[in-house]
Amino acid sequence: MNRSKFDLAVGAFVALGIIALIFLALKVGNLTGFDSGTGYVLEARFDNIGGLKVRAPVKSAGVVVGRVESIGLDGETYEAVARLRISSSFRFSKDTIAVILTSGLLGEQYIGLEVGGVPDYLSNGERITKTQSAMVLEKLISQFLFNKAAEPPSQVK
Amino acid sequence: MSRAPLSWIEALGAAVTTRLDRLGLAARFVAALFGVLGIALLRASLIIRELYFSGVRSLSIVIVSGLFVGMVLAVQGYEVLQRYGSTESLGVIVALSLVRELGPVVTALLFAGRASSAVTAEIGLMRATDQLAAMDMMAVDPLARVIAPRFIAAVISLPLLAGLFSAAGIIGAWIIGVHLIGIDDGAFWSQMQASVDVRIDIVNGMFKSVVFGVAVGLISVFEGFFAPPTAEGVASATTRTVVTSSLAVLLLDFVLTVMMFRGLNG
Repeated sequence: MNRSKFDLAVGAFVALGIIALIFLALKVGNLTGFDSGTGYVLEARFDNIGGLKVRAPVKSAGVVVGRVESIGLDGETYEAVARLRISSSFRFSKDTIAVILTSGLLGEQYIGLEVGGVPDYLSNGERITKTQSAMVLEKLISQFLFNKAAEPPSQVK
Repeated sequence: MSRAPLSWIEALGAAVTTRLDRLGLAARFVAALFGVLGIALLRASLIIRELYFSGVRSLSIVIVSGLFVGMVLAVQGYEVLQRYGSTESLGVIVALSLVRELGPVVTALLFAGRASSAVTAEIGLMRATDQLAAMDMMAVDPLARVIAPRFIAAVISLPLLAGLFSAAGIIGAWIIGVHLIGIDDGAFWSQMQASVDVRIDIVNGMFKSVVFGVAVGLISVFEGFFAPPTAEGVASATTRTVVTSSLAVLLLDFVLTVMMFRGLNG
């Protein structure tokens, strides 16, 4: 086998390998989605974040507009502090409400942003003041049972 | 006092010193090899020849294995997923297990059996037939002329082959999942794209296979270079290459996986 045959076969091999990597990056992974490091950061404080994870999506009207960058605990107020990285192509009004939601019955948790009507927009580093914590199933059940038990006060005695 | 009670301590000492000796030999060999890598990289034609024998010739086995591994994963994954009514997640499961683990690891194991064993046997025979000594006589450094191109070829071809393995596996799973079982085509790809992260999953997987390429490449040329110059010596060196490479790949995979994915759920 002469030199050019080797070159041809190896060239085809390398090209095929690179095509496979591009296939993985574009079709399997999602390179087209915006990457971390761009956009701006908003802060939201929750009483309870439930099962929210770092890198969970932030959605508005069901469309992914960002990701949860970090989750921490404020040592004084004992609130969970979530930092959200939002794509710079979206702006949200100052009275936006951040809600922790679950996709499907058993799906992953994400943050939903419900936009208000104030004409001022949140900028980098600002805090979303209105938040709604995650639903915790145990609390929900105990609340339900508690209400049930408290319902007929007249029948006591 | 008889010698017998101390003989096992003697054996232990001998075992430790021979292993230390070999470790030292390997360290000096690796240092010398890295010293000539720069020169070897300039001789592209030698590397291309080795890329052909290690990489191109491994294409068929890697692609066919990937296809079948993906198809098996799809069948087995579907069995479990249908119990929970979430068969659309099949793409996610197949893609994550291929890209993160099976692609790099199985490709490295196949490569060790298909290509590295041949490299060891070839270098071992060159040693046995005094070809390496002849090169030395002609002032040609066998490390730069014979060893380094084979090592570089392993490091280049393994990541490419691992990518092909994963891609073939995902296509295999797609054939089974979408065409034979009847999962929705859109859900298959979109759930996969939502869960597979390019940096965390694909780049880490590729990094793994580069590390495996370095390990498998080093083991194969080292075993060949220091193979005893007999038919038996070359045979046992070839066996050692496959065994040591496989163990090294699995061990490194564990270490790398712990390092890469430990902090992920923080």
